Amino acid sequence: MIGELTKSERQGALLILLALAVTGLAMAVGGSNDPLGTHGTLVMVVAIVGTFAVITGYYAPEPPESRLDSYYDTPTKFGIVAAMVWAVIAMAVGDWVAWLLAFPEWTFDAAWASFGRLRPVHTSGVIFGFGGNALIATSFYVMQRTSRARLPDQLSPWFVLFGYNLFCVIAATGYLMGVTQSKEYAEPEWYADIWLVIVWVTYFVLYLRTLNRRKEPHIYVSNWYYMAFILVVAMLHIVNNLAVPISWGSAKSYSLFAGVQDAMTEWWYGHNAVAFFLTSGFLGMMYYYMPKRAGRPIYSYRMSIISFWGITFFYMWAGSHHLHYTALPQWVQSLGMTFSVMLLVPSWVSAGNALMTLNGAWHKVRDDAVLRFMMVAAVFYGLSTFEGSFMAIRPVNALSHYTDWTVGHVHAGALGWVAMITFGAIYASVPWLWKRDGMYSAKLVEAHFWLSLAGTIIYVFAMWNSGIIQGLMWRTYNESGTLAYSFVDSLIAMHPYYIARAIGGVFFLLGAIIGFYNIWMTIRTASQAQSQAEPDYSAVGIEIPAVQPGR
Amino acid sequence: MTITHDLLVWFSKSFGLFYLIGLSLIVLAYAYWPANQKPFEHAANAILDDDDKPYRG
Repeated sequence: MIGELTKSERQGALLILLALAVTGLAMAVGGSNDPLGTHGTLVMVVAIVGTFAVITGYYAPEPPESRLDSYYDTPTKFGIVAAMVWAVIAMAVGDWVAWLLAFPEWTFDAAWASFGRLRPVHTSGVIFGFGGNALIATSFYVMQRTSRARLPDQLSPWFVLFGYNLFCVIAATGYLMGVTQSKEYAEPEWYADIWLVIVWVTYFVLYLRTLNRRKEPHIYVSNWYYMAFILVVAMLHIVNNLAVPISWGSAKSYSLFAGVQDAMTEWWYGHNAVAFFLTSGFLGMMYYYMPKRAGRPIYSYRMSIISFWGITFFYMWAGSHHLHYTALPQWVQSLGMTFSVMLLVPSWVSAGNALMTLNGAWHKVRDDAVLRFMMVAAVFYGLSTFEGSFMAIRPVNALSHYTDWTVGHVHAGALGWVAMITFGAIYASVPWLWKRDGMYSAKLVEAHFWLSLAGTIIYVFAMWNSGIIQGLMWRTYNESGTLAYSFVDSLIAMHPYYIARAIGGVFFLLGAIIGFYNIWMTIRTASQAQSQAEPDYSAVGIEIPAVQPGR
Repeated sequence: MTITHDLLVWFSKSFGLFYLIGLSLIVLAYAYWPANQKPFEHAANAILDDDDKPYRG
């Protein structure tokens, strides 16, 4: 890897690592009696290991000029593997906390193993670790191809990827030590937030620099979605994390906002994180990989543009639906509800556009599990955006809010849409990137697909049942006008559904582990011609007629 | 000047309304503008091209 950097980039890398090591040392000394010190030590160790790695390769010959004749894909390869590692870890933790909800005594009396600390490891791990790495990796891939331009340099993509993963590790280890600013999906404390801003701005600038070198006159629509993801996430992250640390030597900080303003800022952030992290970026992924894999252009390019602007401008106003029946003024709640309902239009235009793209290629969907991942993702995208608009209506929210229905809705989106489109995109790109004829095993891709689908359906149905029962029990009154059920009654009613949910999670996790193994074996196996591996027709190319499902 | 509830409601019902209508019209005009159809079609088809090399001019 160091061999791919030019001399000046190697020097740049050393300077960055030196600065990082000094920062880590300052954090370790300043926060010696605080979790900040532990993180400082971690940062310093990472920087020193990185420095040694660069020094080891420092005198390697410079990369040849001919490198400019190909796209720079090594960062994408790293990002894909990192995404799969995070997927396995974070989904395992997710299933662990699912079992904890069914059997709360399984915490071993250890603080780090409590639900409150493990749950953000799961959420941050899947959203930022798995989703974020997949988005960064595929965005590098897509922006180069759609611009017909190589990344402008070799150092900044590595800075973005390593920097981003360092943020994810600081976040996850912090939660286990009890470091959190208690804002959902924005738990990391001030020092991690500042680091992410630096990484994220570099990412945005890198994207602009690549687009600036493009040879295609028109910027392909995927790039619009990826750019919206990067730009808006930067904006959300900075505003929501405005805070003052209690001292330079402490991990603890206090938010700039208080009370209902704090809640509104948090859910403006939180819902737009769903919009721009979990929707916009993955739509960018879909608009490239789905037409590419199906061998057909998008059904309507015009509609992809119109829905882009619809999604971008409507989502901004939808966040207040998280705060129905709170101290938030009624008209702000109504505004959020109205925009959430209107969002159904651009959302369904996108989902419809995706499915119409496949119209005429259904035989490929039947035979090719990779394309089927993408098709099911588009279906779940349509389902969960409909459900989301519906749940944002105030009287519906009266039943659904604070219940497992919300959890079911989130996972219909996260498992059914985000993870499925990501797995599809990863399975499509791995053979392209590593120059293989296909995946190591098409049968394992099939197995992964069915495990994912079964897991998602078990999960979502368990939570729909659980959530609606919960909601109804909480609003049932007896003749004397008091609540018919105690909270503990509703907990007992939840128990079987919590076990079902955890089993659904096992299915999904197994699929991810199989996927990781399959990707790893594809990377390790030399090209099919030289190996004894069974030929894999389904993933070879788009035009190969498949014989049977799974082949 | 303090921002009152009435002022915000007036602002969102006037400026907010026309801003969103105006924006929708601009987006629709851009998407349906006849001269844009060719680049759109080219862009939609160009990604299917399998030439996996950056352009070097």
